[in-house]
Amino acid sequence: MAAARDERPFPPGDYPVVVVGSGPGGLQASYCLTRLGVEHALVSADEAPGGMFRLYPIFERLLSWSKPDAPAERGTRAYEWFDHNSLLAEEPEHQALVPAFMDRSYMVPSRAEMEAGLAAFAERVPIHVRYGCRWEGTRREDDGRLVLATSDGEYRCRAAVFAVGTTTPWRSPIPGIEQVPHYVETGRPHDYEGRRVFVVGKRNSGFEIADGLLPWARQVILGSPRPVQTSVIALATVRVRYLQPYEDFGLGGGTFALDLAVERIERTGGGWRVVGQGTTRAGAVDLEVDDVIAATGFTTPLLDLPALGVRTVSQGRIPALTPYWESAPGSGIYFAGNATQGAAGLRKHGVGASSAAVHGFRYNARVMARHLAEIHLRRKVPLERVKDDLVPYLLEEATSAPELWAQKSYLARAVYDDGETEILPLADWLDNPGHQATAVAVEMNAAGDVYPAVYVADDAGVRELLLPPHHLNDFRGLEYEQELRAAL
Amino acid sequence: MAVNARDELVRSLAGLALFADLGDPALEAIADPDWERSFGEGERVLRRGLSGGGLFVILDGEAAVEIPDGSEPRRLRRGDFFGEVSTLLVCKPTADVVARTPLHCLEIPGPQLEAFLLQYPHVTYRMLQTVTRRLRDLLE
Repeated sequence: MAAARDERPFPPGDYPVVVVGSGPGGLQASYCLTRLGVEHALVSADEAPGGMFRLYPIFERLLSWSKPDAPAERGTRAYEWFDHNSLLAEEPEHQALVPAFMDRSYMVPSRAEMEAGLAAFAERVPIHVRYGCRWEGTRREDDGRLVLATSDGEYRCRAAVFAVGTTTPWRSPIPGIEQVPHYVETGRPHDYEGRRVFVVGKRNSGFEIADGLLPWARQVILGSPRPVQTSVIALATVRVRYLQPYEDFGLGGGTFALDLAVERIERTGGGWRVVGQGTTRAGAVDLEVDDVIAATGFTTPLLDLPALGVRTVSQGRIPALTPYWESAPGSGIYFAGNATQGAAGLRKHGVGASSAAVHGFRYNARVMARHLAEIHLRRKVPLERVKDDLVPYLLEEATSAPELWAQKSYLARAVYDDGETEILPLADWLDNPGHQATAVAVEMNAAGDVYPAVYVADDAGVRELLLPPHHLNDFRGLEYEQELRAAL
Repeated sequence: MAVNARDELVRSLAGLALFADLGDPALEAIADPDWERSFGEGERVLRRGLSGGGLFVILDGEAAVEIPDGSEPRRLRRGDFFGEVSTLLVCKPTADVVARTPLHCLEIPGPQLEAFLLQYPHVTYRMLQTVTRRLRDLLE
């Protein structure tokens, strides 16, 4: 019998660009490249779209909100700000897909609803993917091209976009931690009925487990060196996971959140012994527990990319990236999706970009696609023009542009002296602002005030103008116009 | 008692004079992956005239303080810190700091610096010594 014909798209070969991954980062990058007319192959080790959302979060409820009914209509640009989970599209029928799947039990979608929204996007656009094709290694040829070795063969390209997520389970270097299950191996909730559980880690996945086990476990103790930033969490979407276990902790219930440097984890007759030292409060801690779970996070699977010059941050777990999410200028090694958090941006007042989440990295993909096309494929992508008065335009953008609100002090709206305008990384623009250009970003200070920041470039350099906050975040009033006009 | 198998960031911090008085649990608390910053050669780390920066401690690599008066840039190396003036006085930096090699830093965000310095008085004391030394060198 003849072998079944492989009808999958993108056989191994030469392509201008190769995208790896079929999670939200890969799907969004592929969509944006296609809109620019950039030919590319999209390959994925998975069998279906969705990436990490095919499996996680374990306790099903996401952290990021989508508000099915919002002040702005679905399918508009302004609505994107109220829907942090859908991918971006130009066509109205492909926009805001996740809220359509939500049963509205919560203001955040379930894992299954998110996966359904992503699958619908991939099917309806459609995004063509070569599934079951695993990226296994990378090298650079003498002519500068990248070669991606995969389970199906080799792909040559001028630029590659790795949308491989932060998906490989990672354990902190604690003796004994290799013996306990990682977050991804957490059992079913009722397996922990009546048990005393220690969770290594006090970040999203640690509190997700604590939240999920609250109705079952006798006691949950979370431990990691750094304290929980409660004032930050109160304003962040992660409060969905943190607040209930933290409330239980505050009430003196069954939950504890310890600032603890864990020294070792040992097996005992019927369970585990966890030994450590307090960090914010000195003193030894010695605990006997029934179960230990390592909620110590994930790392980006970089394979051999460090040999091609990819540097890392965050304990070696995330690639360090340029403002355009490239490993180094001109390298042609780009990242999309969750790994774009490796580009920190300005981090003014300690406020980072939202690049670890869909609502941040979906905009990164659009900006990255244009940059990649211009730098590596020499495509000139036409820019829009501001035809009317610049001042109200900038203030309207500061009030309602979802890109600027999602990526505070990371993405900015720049307008050049000829009226051409684009959204780009602020850090890069500040170093190359062009002659007589203006940029506006949305920023936030330590007190949580949100306000427009306007940057004016002229022969003397770049001036920063911070406009005051507004109680309804509406920066379009006469006072704002007058102040900005005077500055320009 | 020493924490075993310390991660790379904790090891790096432990080797700096600024943190020499701290034990391992405190170093682990300071070694926040969110505070780790990496810059490519030529990238600006601190920008003149831009508010909202933090205190940077160099873990690896070299940077240069570039003042617009045209004076010779001051070189900064592993263990040096910068950004303390604009952070403590809540004002805009008057110089650029540019990475001269790939640069690896710890950045303590401005809004968290006061709590940090109060939490670790030995770090504050050593920082004060360094700042005083710089002042003496300027006056001599």
